[in-house]
Amino acid sequence: MADVAIPRAKPQMSEDSAWIQLKHNRNWLGFWFMVPAMAFLIFFLAYPLGLGIWLSFTDTRIGRVGHFVATENYEWLWDDSIFWLSVFNTLLYTFVASALKFAIGLYLALLLNENMPFKAMLRAMVLIPFIVPTVLSALAFWWIFDSQFSIISWSLKHLGLINQNINFLGDTTWARICVIFANIWRGVPFVAITLLAGLQTVSPSLYEAATLDGATRWQNFRYITYPLLTPIIAVVMTFSVLFTFTDFQLIWAMTRGGPVNATHLMATLSYQRAIIAGQLGEGAAISSAMIPFLLAAIMISWFGLQRRKWQQGESND
Amino acid sequence: MTDLPTRSIDLKAVLSASSPTADHSEGMSYLQSVPRRIVTLYLPLAIIVVILLFPFYWMALTSVKPDEQLLDMETYSPFWTWSPTFKHFHKLLFESYYPHWLWNTMYVAVCATVLSIFASVLAAYAIVRLRYKGANLVGGLIFLAYLVPPSILFIPLATVVYQYGLFDSPLALILTYPTILIPFSTWLLMGYFKTIPFELEECALIDGASRWQILIKIVVPLAIPGLISAFIFCFTLCWNEFIYALTFLQSTSNKTVPVAIVNEFVDGDIYRWGSLMAGALAGSLPLVILYAFFVEHYVSAMTGAVKE
Repeated sequence: MADVAIPRAKPQMSEDSAWIQLKHNRNWLGFWFMVPAMAFLIFFLAYPLGLGIWLSFTDTRIGRVGHFVATENYEWLWDDSIFWLSVFNTLLYTFVASALKFAIGLYLALLLNENMPFKAMLRAMVLIPFIVPTVLSALAFWWIFDSQFSIISWSLKHLGLINQNINFLGDTTWARICVIFANIWRGVPFVAITLLAGLQTVSPSLYEAATLDGATRWQNFRYITYPLLTPIIAVVMTFSVLFTFTDFQLIWAMTRGGPVNATHLMATLSYQRAIIAGQLGEGAAISSAMIPFLLAAIMISWFGLQRRKWQQGESND
Repeated sequence: MTDLPTRSIDLKAVLSASSPTADHSEGMSYLQSVPRRIVTLYLPLAIIVVILLFPFYWMALTSVKPDEQLLDMETYSPFWTWSPTFKHFHKLLFESYYPHWLWNTMYVAVCATVLSIFASVLAAYAIVRLRYKGANLVGGLIFLAYLVPPSILFIPLATVVYQYGLFDSPLALILTYPTILIPFSTWLLMGYFKTIPFELEECALIDGASRWQILIKIVVPLAIPGLISAFIFCFTLCWNEFIYALTFLQSTSNKTVPVAIVNEFVDGDIYRWGSLMAGALAGSLPLVILYAFFVEHYVSAMTGAVKE
């Protein structure tokens, strides 16, 4: 941000007087222009964020004001195997889904970047899973993964690969695979289309030059595409990891955390404890426990970005 | 090989590295034979696209299948139906609150989006052009707000909503959704406002226009494409939002489509699939239609917010 601001500031100081004339009340004007946005963000984002952390130190329940209980909620969670299971599930879900989303998304972006008929239409179609509300497509998956009438089981049976229906959402391993699959299905278009936008900024002449020098397709990708894409990859993956980690609706629509808590994520567990069971304090403790993980994810990608910028500056000379 | 030299002289394509490098008509594809292209490009692409679109085909097919065909997969082929029925849609429209839910979703989405865009236009303009003291810091904080997920806010927000007496009212959603939308659209609009030349504003200032007039008469009209992108993207996010709607609304008739379908349609009925899928389809169609008209804007909204 800082390097954008400096060149902008120059003409305005040197050239005209109208800007300087208004400078004395710029802060005042700026304040009033910020009021609506700030009001929303302070009352409904910053305040609840702080309140959530406070609630996690109280024994508040729905309809009852809580008292400060220090770290009792956290101590309770520390010994709660379901909580640790949900942490494990969340990490598994995030790692597997994000890695596969990245791999498939990058692959799809590379494919879509090729020249072919109906390119525009294909790109538009690819993005549809991202447009449709997650819950509604999750319901479609629920039906596709139905224990009795699953079209997948039917197809596999008719191909002679299995003898009886797969209990997709009733078996712990299968349920995990299914929700991860649905998450990947939903996230790939986003990754692919944003990476495609990045790919289009890479000049084709680089590939031509490299090919003339005898580079293989893999070398083209490894030494041209990948280094030029890293900044956008870092941003896309940060978002992808954040949204996967805090996912709620997909799980809620497909399994509600079952079978035997095998797909409970921290978000779904906190909803169950806080809203359904009414233990607001305990639920708040679970969702506050997500904050360190989120901070770590943001930090990693932030410092990753900084490093890339520096690397790029050096190699662009 | 003959077109290699012409390509390297094509300065425009080389220089415009930042804009989508125009159709490099053939590019280097002549280096690949047709069979190889089929295996490495068309086949994997076809598989991925089929997987991405299959759930929608299945949703649509299920919603028009008669009940007996839904569950009897041996007598009828499950992949097609020759006797489509609109029974499920009829049930949806006339025997449930579905029109109510659709209206609620639309109402909440439009109100929250308009509010957010209004606040974001002002905020983005102030950050980019008024450049008040600390504008960069505020810009950074707004970006951080974008990274705060709803799943860690819904519990405290539920208590806030309850305290303000907004529980079970659409107003609860209209006021909380902007926390998701404002950070996103402010960043998107900041990018657009930066591309509008300073000189235009300077001329207006010299002619005696106030800041408000400049914003309304110069900046906003020039940023219309950005506003459309922000608007439809925010609208989509609102429509998609689930956890706030699930937590803050209680009475059946107040719910939004995603929440209502999950909660109200999922009964033990073995024949529920038809109407469930019809509901899911009807809830997705408005967005898909909107998307079909504004594909470019969607993509620029998605990539615009990421690029910054």
